[in-house]
Amino acid sequence: MSVILHKEFEVIKDDYIGAGRASSEIKSILGSVGIPPKIMRNVAVASYEAEINMVIHATGGIITLDVTDDGVIKLVFHDNGPGIPDIKKALTPGFSTANEKARSLGFGAGMGLPNIRRVTDEFDIQSSEDGTIINLTFYVNE
Amino acid sequence: MTLKELLDQTGWKLATPNLDTSKEISGAYCGDLLSWVMGNGDSNQVWITVQGHLNVIAVALLREFSAVIIADNAAIPEEMIEKANEENLVLIESGLPSYETAKKLVELGV
Repeated sequence: MSVILHKEFEVIKDDYIGAGRASSEIKSILGSVGIPPKIMRNVAVASYEAEINMVIHATGGIITLDVTDDGVIKLVFHDNGPGIPDIKKALTPGFSTANEKARSLGFGAGMGLPNIRRVTDEFDIQSSEDGTIINLTFYVNE
Repeated sequence: MTLKELLDQTGWKLATPNLDTSKEISGAYCGDLLSWVMGNGDSNQVWITVQGHLNVIAVALLREFSAVIIADNAAIPEEMIEKANEENLVLIESGLPSYETAKKLVELGV
């Protein structure tokens, strides 16, 4: 197994205007290397939700995309805090701590993490006050 | 049905008049909560919403909607139209509330 594609994207806190840019780029990159549309769409949904979470809740962070020659897509969302106090609660559909600004734009439905979990093959989330790391894996050949 | 046929039969206003309207419509999704739309919408649908801002464009593109229909005369900022033009995403103004907009689509067999 070797990495055929590696890219990093910066996400900026409260950048509602630029929010989604990284996910759009990820989708287009995956399209250009021939990832099937259904998987590309699942990656796009998960990536957008995680990117938006970074914009709304975190103080910014980095998204890393890796694709390997055996058809594995890995996305890592690494932010700089403040962390999720109760991950179990955060994974409950409908639970949200989004602020008024985010809610006025239609965010804060409390469906972000549940959506991510639903469309990924593997989902892992670790969080502390120093930041949250979400690891997502998608298998192209399954 | 194509977007053009929809526009011809409803008289709804095209907010992006320079874009191609030959795309097919496979159905419709109605909602204003972006994650809900992201999680439940499907490719080639038209999305009915009252949200008028840039994030709507991002969701519509990632979800691969055929077009966004802005209902209830909700404001569409200039920057949203510019972005839609840039990204080739058709924006339509129905001038009707979301429910009436959806009802019209049902009547037309969408």
